[in-house]
Amino acid sequence: MSVTYNVNLKYFASIREDIGQGSESVATQAATLKALRDELIARGGAYAEALAHGRAVRMALNQDVCEESAALSEGCEVAFFPPVTGG
Amino acid sequence: MSFTVSIQTQDFDVSQELAALRAGDARVGAVCSFLGTVRERNDGSSVASMELEHYPGMTEKSISAMMDEAKKRFDIFTARVIHRVGLLHPEDQIVFVAVTSAHRGESFKACEFLMDYLKTQAPFWKKEVTPEGARWVDARVSDDQALARWGIEATNTGAK
Repeated sequence: MSVTYNVNLKYFASIREDIGQGSESVATQAATLKALRDELIARGGAYAEALAHGRAVRMALNQDVCEESAALSEGCEVAFFPPVTGG
Repeated sequence: MSFTVSIQTQDFDVSQELAALRAGDARVGAVCSFLGTVRERNDGSSVASMELEHYPGMTEKSISAMMDEAKKRFDIFTARVIHRVGLLHPEDQIVFVAVTSAHRGESFKACEFLMDYLKTQAPFWKKEVTPEGARWVDARVSDDQALARWGIEATNTGAK
């Protein structure tokens, strides 16, 4: 039986613009960042385009940059954003 | 003052910041700082203005982490990072990093380390307004390479 997690999603910069919103809450059965990203890509349209594999998409879990294998947990915050360009 | 970070829309006074960073600390014999400003040209286009976006919370967290790393690596007393967000124009101040130490070598190195780290690890994004329209600034591989000099593998650019 799969566990369902409530996850707070955040999108920044070009990904935020492509998707058309900066944040949303989802209930997901994805266990990892990769599975969650795949689930969002499967929505198609702007999601599929913005988060497509092969694009430079960085991911953060609870405000730390993480690899795709990182495990989700209840109430976690997941962010998707392009390479950073501050300074 | 010890190790502090400010993310703000308003401008800052470099002289005041430098004075505050070493005030009352006679151990200090060196203050090194870097000031980043908005250029009127980037990647072949003139820049009328830029909008700086950030990830509130993660920005402060990532810069605090890089200050902790700088403390471990270099013999420094205090450090200050200011990064502006929002609408900026050519000649505006964007980013300020300053470090104090007993001798110049440590603060020079720590200041450069903090900037190299910030460029590839802190979640800020620049969008420029040019005559050809608005565009998101591309991350530079040279910034990843700059951080690699310190033995840190940067993975900011590149597809995944």
